[in-house]
Amino acid sequence: MRDASAKDGTARLIVGPFNRVEGDLEVRLEVADGAVRAAFVSSPLFRGFERILEGRDPFDALVIAPRICGICSVSQSQAAALALAQWQGLAPTANGRIATNLLVAAENVADHLTHFHLFFMPDFARAAYADRPWFAAAEARFKAGRGTSARRLIEARATLMHVLGLLAGRWPHTLAIQPGGVTRRAEPRDQMRLLATLGAVRATLEQTLYGAPLERISALADPRELEAWRALGPDGDFRLFLEIAADLDLTHLGRAYDRFLSFGAYPGEEGPHYPAGTFADGVLGGVDEAAIAEDHTFARMEDRAAPHHPFAGSTIPDGFDETGYTWCKAPRLAGQPFETGALARQFMDGQPLARALVAAGGGNVFSRVIGRLIETARTLIAMEGWVRALEPAEPWCAHGTNPSEGRGAGLTEAARGALGHWMEVRNGRIARYQIIAPTTWNFSPRDAAGVPGPLEAALVGAPVQEGETTPLSVQHIVRSFDPCMVCTVH
Amino acid sequence: MTVQSRAHGFNVLWLQSGGCGGCTMSLLCAEAPDLLTTLDFAGIRLLWHPSLSEETGTEAVELLGAVARGDIRLDALCVEGALLRGPNGTGRFHVLAGTGRPTIEWVRDLAAVAEHVVAVGTCAAYGGVTAAGANPADACGLQYDGRREGGALGAAFRSRSGLPVINIAGCPTHPNWITETLMLLSAGLLGADDLDAYRRPRFYADHLVHHGCPRNEYYEYKASAEKLSDLGCMMEHLGCLGTQAHADCNTRPWNGEGSCTRGGYACINCTAPEFEEPGHPYLATPKIAGIPVGLPTDMPKAWFIALSSLAKAATPERLRRNAVSDHVVMPPTVRDIKRR
Ligand code: SF4
Ligand code: SF4
Repeated sequence: MRDASAKDGTARLIVGPFNRVEGDLEVRLEVADGAVRAAFVSSPLFRGFERILEGRDPFDALVIAPRICGICSVSQSQAAALALAQWQGLAPTANGRIATNLLVAAENVADHLTHFHLFFMPDFARAAYADRPWFAAAEARFKAGRGTSARRLIEARATLMHVLGLLAGRWPHTLAIQPGGVTRRAEPRDQMRLLATLGAVRATLEQTLYGAPLERISALADPRELEAWRALGPDGDFRLFLEIAADLDLTHLGRAYDRFLSFGAYPGEEGPHYPAGTFADGVLGGVDEAAIAEDHTFARMEDRAAPHHPFAGSTIPDGFDETGYTWCKAPRLAGQPFETGALARQFMDGQPLARALVAAGGGNVFSRVIGRLIETARTLIAMEGWVRALEPAEPWCAHGTNPSEGRGAGLTEAARGALGHWMEVRNGRIARYQIIAPTTWNFSPRDAAGVPGPLEAALVGAPVQEGETTPLSVQHIVRSFDPCMVCTVH
Repeated sequence: MTVQSRAHGFNVLWLQSGGCGGCTMSLLCAEAPDLLTTLDFAGIRLLWHPSLSEETGTEAVELLGAVARGDIRLDALCVEGALLRGPNGTGRFHVLAGTGRPTIEWVRDLAAVAEHVVAVGTCAAYGGVTAAGANPADACGLQYDGRREGGALGAAFRSRSGLPVINIAGCPTHPNWITETLMLLSAGLLGADDLDAYRRPRFYADHLVHHGCPRNEYYEYKASAEKLSDLGCMMEHLGCLGTQAHADCNTRPWNGEGSCTRGGYACINCTAPEFEEPGHPYLATPKIAGIPVGLPTDMPKAWFIALSSLAKAATPERLRRNAVSDHVVMPPTVRDIKRR
């Protein structure tokens, strides 16, 4: 929708439905002089999962919480299981922890692939790019619902999901992940089957996506290597993306605050495989969980007086609120908006290319996509090691007792970034359950101080061509975050 | 009946409302052949799908408008996710982005021009988890509100074909339940008699999850799992509803070779209306005087009690021990073939 009535030459665009994202999204843009001047991001769907959880048996969270989202269902299960484990004072068995990591990793890798092949790349196969030198290749590989790479990916993704079928019964919405581990033990023959499955996925990625061994992608360290890859590297979707990105200058599109957050992914004996951390104003730091608070000023929610830590938060929709423009709350860490996702995780882990890309141009459309592609390769390699680390003869699931009062937080990472569940139990029932999803961070509205959320900031300055009602630059920026809107508001 | 070929193709429009997108994600797991190949060869064309189509923003709104006006033939309207009536009956908890109109209104308009209307998943069918607890969004299904007929389209609704809403219930649905339903519809092979009492396609709803469960031998002898990760039957202590749940989960595997009970946890009857409110914790079996309240479908209570006490008395040692272990501690005896 376009409304060019404003006198100062500012046109207003309402962009939606925004598809090829998970869930529902509408973006309101103020456009002047061929660029976005301000953006307001709206999540137009409210279901109220936090309220649905209230009053239930704490273990019912393992059934309800994953159903927040069908794309990162297992991450939601893990966050719920971690919150329950803290409430029970229970630690999972080593096998249980490793198996859970495998389940979450399979989902995360599948998510990255779904995002790249089905959600993000089809935009470069649009007719608007028909005059670009790479267009024919992009169209053949990525045309929505038809591209050859998209087809191969859908097959590989279904194969990858056998990891879930074998270890967790099914995907999405498994009950296999419990606070003390997992409900199904893997036998040695299952380990062989898992290795075969991961091998098949590896082969497709090496042949189609990267055109090179996963280890080579994982070892990329310097942006100049990407330049060389673009010019002379092996043929594959990766090289095509580098070519498109260079031609369209995607490194200069969609920069937000360059403040990054990760809760740490894949717990291990000595801490998570990808560590927790923050990066703000050029400085690395730890995650101060107590400094997290949600602001409701522009969310259509009551309790607007002050931001709340999730252990004190509420979710009371206000259908008549006119100030609010979204159902999404505004999470802040020490009062500031943070960006979260694969780039943040790889950055915290010190992956050299992620560090170099952020140093050169911050979080932008290019670095976010590269962050996911590097992580995909690295995570698949890690998964092969985890399968070998399983010890079938050892215990798989520990069992604890259920205190009638208490609370627990479960902090983990979904594909899209930091995910937290905060649960309070009273009289043996869930009294409060608050969730902050990754896209809640990334697509948050303005806060009481008027500070826009990361996507709102990233959209400022995006070029808008004459006559565009759904600007392509805006689509690239929005999708570069791999948003999950059903999670955002839950 | 012969399979009709549809040279002109079968047009499907897919909308999502108050759900998690999990049924679409499950659909992408279709295999052998993969989803796109399956749809292609059946002549099924996705006019628009929120995850798979190119059109976004204005282009998508124009396309929906053209379908609603009848300019483009709509063979099947698929809706995933519950329909939201709140707040206060306005439907504004889900406004279709870019249109300013509640999705429930779009769905009513599109259902009026559709040859078939298909609810994909338990949310769209009956309300599902979106309608659980206090049901803050006032969610309901397309033609059911929990167990009661009604819902967003009303009990009297019939699509152009004369059929009520077809409920591919499941949370999420199995990918093949969706592809096979659409293929049968496009071939003209799914009629009113092919739907069960809750209007689920009988090809999967005439089975019970219990059929083909690897724990059947434990069930027979009431050798029960006591905690999650044990191998025994989960009916007695861990809330398994497989003997009452209408679905073919254990004879039609999920994601390769999986199913809920194969994964080591209870079937929670996700294809049934109101599975979201079992009235007890999901992973516990409610009992009166030590006897499970929810007995297997078609089984008189007296019989069940008599049979299970007999069975318990006769439980072989092997099953008794394996049932409470996470692996087989006592394998079946290998008999000498010559002395059989
Ligand atoms: S675990 Fe459930 S489905 Fe399996 S045999 Fe027991 S009752 Fe039947
Ligand atoms: S086994 Fe039961 S809970 Fe699991 S998918 Fe089948 S019907 Fe649903």
